[in-house]
Amino acid sequence: MISLAGRDILHSWGKFVFTGVGLGLLIGATLTMAGVYRGMVDDAKVLLGNSGADIWVVQKDTLGPYAEPSSIRDDAYRAIRGMPGVARAANVTYLNMQVQQGERDVRVMVVGFEPGEPGEPPYLVAGRQITRSHYEAVADVRTGFQLGERIRIRRHDYAVVGLTRRMVSSGGDPMVFLSLKDAQEAQFLKDNDAIVNERARTAANPALNRPGVPGLLEAIQASQTTSRSVNAVLVQVRQGQDAEAVAEPIRRWKHLEAYTRAQMEEILVAKLIATSAKQISMFLAILAVVSAAIVAFIIYTMTLGKIREIAVLKLIGTRSRTIAGMILQQALGLGFIGFVVGKVSAALWAPFFPKYVLLEPGDAARGFVAVMIICAVASTLAIRAALRVDPATAIGG
Amino acid sequence: MDGFGIRIEGLRKRYGEGDTAVDALKEVNMTVAPGEVVGLIGPSGSGKTTLLKCLGAVIEPTAGRMTLGDEVIYDDGWKISDLKALRRDRIGFVFQAPYLIPFLDVTDNIALLPMLAGRPNGAARQRALELLEALDVGHRARAEPSQLSGGEQQRVAIARALANQPPVILADEPTAPLDSERALAVIRILNRMARQYDTAVIVVTHDEKIIPTFKRIYHIRDGTTHEEAGEGREV
Repeated sequence: MISLAGRDILHSWGKFVFTGVGLGLLIGATLTMAGVYRGMVDDAKVLLGNSGADIWVVQKDTLGPYAEPSSIRDDAYRAIRGMPGVARAANVTYLNMQVQQGERDVRVMVVGFEPGEPGEPPYLVAGRQITRSHYEAVADVRTGFQLGERIRIRRHDYAVVGLTRRMVSSGGDPMVFLSLKDAQEAQFLKDNDAIVNERARTAANPALNRPGVPGLLEAIQASQTTSRSVNAVLVQVRQGQDAEAVAEPIRRWKHLEAYTRAQMEEILVAKLIATSAKQISMFLAILAVVSAAIVAFIIYTMTLGKIREIAVLKLIGTRSRTIAGMILQQALGLGFIGFVVGKVSAALWAPFFPKYVLLEPGDAARGFVAVMIICAVASTLAIRAALRVDPATAIGG
Repeated sequence: MDGFGIRIEGLRKRYGEGDTAVDALKEVNMTVAPGEVVGLIGPSGSGKTTLLKCLGAVIEPTAGRMTLGDEVIYDDGWKISDLKALRRDRIGFVFQAPYLIPFLDVTDNIALLPMLAGRPNGAARQRALELLEALDVGHRARAEPSQLSGGEQQRVAIARALANQPPVILADEPTAPLDSERALAVIRILNRMARQYDTAVIVVTHDEKIIPTFKRIYHIRDGTTHEEAGEGREV
C-alpha cells in the first residue's frame, strides 16, 4: 500500500520542511528552557563538588553561605578542627560583586580561601595556584580574564596567576579566587574616607574615648580596621566517617549551623532555585501548549486544504483509518522534523547563553516523546474534520 | 450476470419529514446493460445529483430496489453492510473535474484503488499501466496530475474509475470543462471502455454536444425518469 502521508510530504516538502523548521525553533526554545533549569541544578552541584567540603559550618539559624548571608568568627575553625571525625577545616568567604574586565562589567563571586585547604579551586586549566599571601587571583575562564591581567577589587589590584573552568556560584556567576586575607578585606573593610570618618566618630564618643583609660581608643579603632569574620568553615571528615554524625556535635556544642552535602544540595536545589524552577516549569508548560496549538493549527489547515481530495478518497472507498493514519503520520512527521531542528538549534545556541545550559540526553528523549504525543493529540482535530467530510461533496450538487 | 449492469426499480428518496418533506426522487426506474453507455439528463433540481448519490451508495434511498450485476444492494430499507467496499470494488466514479490526488503520480492515482482493495502493489501498478495504455496516456505514467492537460487528466480519471473492473461507472458531467473535440473524445473513450470491460456507464450531463451520441437516454423531471431512444450518433 502507498504511504499517502509520505507522498504528500514529498510532494510539498518545501512547505512541510519550512513549517517543521518554524516548529523546530519553538521546540528548540523549549529544550533550551529545560537546559537552563538543568544548568542551574548542575551549577549548584558543581559549586558543592568544587568546594571539596563534606560539611558547611555557618552562622546559627541561617541557610548560609550560598542561600543566606552568614558571618562567623574566623577562629571558629580551630575548635571545629578538634572535633571528632574532622579531617580538615578551613575558613572561606563568598562575595558577589561586579568587576571591570576591559570595557565591560562582569558579575563574579569572589571566594576567599586558604591555599591547600578546602575551598581551593580543585583544578586549573592554565597558570598556577595562589602562592603569595596577597594580590594574586585565580579566575574562571568565563570571567574573560587572561593570565597576567589585573583585576581591580575594591581598593586593590590582583594579578591573575591561574585560570579554572566550571567554577561558578549557584547563580551561575563565574568565580574569582583570592587569598582569605585579601577576600576578607574586600568583603569587610571600608574605604579610607570611611575609616577616617569612623575613627573620628569613635573618638567623639565619650564612652569609647575615656580620658582615664589610655589605649582604649586605639584598641577600638584597631579592631574596626581588621576583619575577624568569615562566611563559613568548610569541613572535610575523616575517611569512613558519617558526615551527619560529625555535624551533629558541631551544631550542639559550637552554637553554629552545620549542613552536610545532602542538606546543602537540598538548600540549593529545592530552596534557592525552587522559584526559578517553578518559573521555568510554567514557561515549559506554556511552550508545550503553544507548540500543540501550532501543530494542531498547521495540521488542521493542511487537512482543510485537502478536503476535496479526502472526499474523493472516501468516495472511492478509502477506509477511515487510512485517512486518519495519513493525517497522524503527517503530524508525527512534522513533529520529527521539528524535534530534529529544535535539538540542533538548542545545541547551537546554548553556548552563547550567559549562564550554563545543560542539554541532557534524557531530557531530549523525554522531549521527543512529548513532541510525538503532542503532535498525535494535536492531529485529532484535523482527523475529526477529515472523518466528517461527506464523500458526497466529491459528487457535488 | 443476468444481463444488467445496473437495475433500478421504483427508487424513491425523500428529504426531511412531515410538512417540510421534499420528494427528490419519486419514481426512478432504470436499466443499463453491461457494455452500454446511457445518458441521464434533466434540468437543475430535477433530482439528477440525488439519483447519482443513491446509485453511488453515498446516500440511502427511501424506498425501491437497486441491483448491481447479480447482487441486490438495496431493497426497501435493506442495504448491504459494507458500502465503502461496494464503492471501492463495484462502482467507478468520473467527476466533472478529474479530482486526481495531486501528491500521487498518474500510475499511483489509478493503482490506489486496487491497492485499497488489497491487491499487491506490483499487480495494482501493472493494471494501472494497462489502463493508461488502453486510454493512450501510457507515456504520462510517471507524470504528476498538474503536468497533464485537461483531456489527459480526464482520461486518467476514467482509468481510475475502471481500475477495479467495476460493473458500473457513474460519470457526473465528465465533459463539462472540455471543448467539443475533447468532450467527444471522452465519450468515445467511455464507449470503448464500456465495451472492452463490459461495464455499464451512466453519464449525467447537460452537454448538448454529447447528448446525440447516446443510444438510450433517461430524462429525469420532478424526480421521475422517462426513457427515450437517443440518436446514437457515432463518435
